[in-house]
Amino acid sequence: MDSRLLTSAVTLRVNGTVHRLTLDNRSTLLDTLREDLDLTGAKKGCDHGQCGSCTVLVDGRRVNCCLLLTVACDGSEITTVEGLSDGWSLHPVQEAFLARDAFQCGYCTPGQVCSAVGALREMAEGRPSAVTVGTEPPSGAAEIRERMSGNLCRCAAYPNIVRAVGDAAERAAEWWERTP
Amino acid sequence: MEFLRPADWTEALAAKAAHPSAVPIAGGTDVMVEINFGLRRPDALIDLNRIVELREWEVGADTVRLGAAVPYSRIIDELPTELPGLALAAHTVGSPQIRNRGGVGGNLGAASPAGDSHPPLLAAGAEVEVASVRGTRRIPVEEFYTGVKRNALAPDELIRCVHIKRADGPQQFSKVGTRNAMVIAVCAFGLALHPATRTVGTGLGSVAPTPVRAGAAERFLEQALDEAGLWDSGGVVPPAVAGKFADLVVAAANPIDDVRGTAGYRRHALAVLARRTLDWVWDEYRGKEWGRACA
Repeated sequence: MDSRLLTSAVTLRVNGTVHRLTLDNRSTLLDTLREDLDLTGAKKGCDHGQCGSCTVLVDGRRVNCCLLLTVACDGSEITTVEGLSDGWSLHPVQEAFLARDAFQCGYCTPGQVCSAVGALREMAEGRPSAVTVGTEPPSGAAEIRERMSGNLCRCAAYPNIVRAVGDAAERAAEWWERTP
Repeated sequence: MEFLRPADWTEALAAKAAHPSAVPIAGGTDVMVEINFGLRRPDALIDLNRIVELREWEVGADTVRLGAAVPYSRIIDELPTELPGLALAAHTVGSPQIRNRGGVGGNLGAASPAGDSHPPLLAAGAEVEVASVRGTRRIPVEEFYTGVKRNALAPDELIRCVHIKRADGPQQFSKVGTRNAMVIAVCAFGLALHPATRTVGTGLGSVAPTPVRAGAAERFLEQALDEAGLWDSGGVVPPAVAGKFADLVVAAANPIDDVRGTAGYRRHALAVLARRTLDWVWDEYRGKEWGRACA
């Protein structure tokens, strides 16, 4: 087969930087981020969408990037955990994870943090979860556990992850504008 | 692996006609699992992400036209009133990340007996609109599933949308799994009441080679509600009626033992789901007086 058929040119905007790449069609966004762009925050935990450790934001929505072909993301805006901080001050969700000691080994943490950022945005937009009751603003541990149910932590740091996301939700109004 | 990127629906149909073995991919949450694990090595993929109309829905007088690639999270947010059963089922699909990508078209294309969309589509009543360069046809959803992970699509056809009857009464969905996320159903059940026509719809998941309706259970319940005048009175459904209904639902199942559960457990759990969802829809019907003739 003509090798030109096996690769594609794509343009990605990752953490504000535009990248023009020619990639094997089989590349997942996770592999592209890690292997081609040296952004190793997103982790390959399970490679089939079960664990959430590869969670990044694509056009503002949290997704498992192990299940996305990079060529299908042509023209997308991608934010990884590396793009949440400006290099000096941490993103409030990152601060909350530190303050609450919301991890042990840290492997799942980039995915947890990106997922929490996506979850807080969904909450702010009034998107209901399966445990959302009526039109009350979402809050409470049950709500957060449901919203974060796509991210596993094999150290089982869940109690402090829930507290960290709760803290960040309380402060969300202050920093909403700067969240990617 | 060739990656075809049609810009619109016409191009997509031409691509599928030219490459009948190509696998269509939209959210990717099912296809990619198989590709990442080497279970599937397609020569070509047809990326449907550029086709805007697949991510659109439209509410008509009696039906909702749901684009094949509308993600589950948008069904939950935008169509909970028109498609309550499907929205409830969508809440249980995968995880929030999966729900941001996956949609009903993928569930239908995969045609797994465990797909979460199938019971509510069967219960509400739906037609799958499929198309090829040869033309368009609409397949009643109960005829769409033809075997384990097999469907009625011809090699050159793509799923364009699903036409689902708008809810005219309460609908429920319930699913058994080991936790609240990332669960493939051990068994699942969808139930819809249609007060206008005094009929009910059912859908059973993960308990037979394909998703199925329990026709005898539907007819029994319709008759029992009618004979006791319960549609008008809003009275309680007698436990004996609920029990017989559950028995008939189980009779429509043909489950197997597998890693997720035994056939015996599935039968037992399905009966519980049938009784429970009947309680829920009937409570809602009585409370909201959905089209009830007298107060």
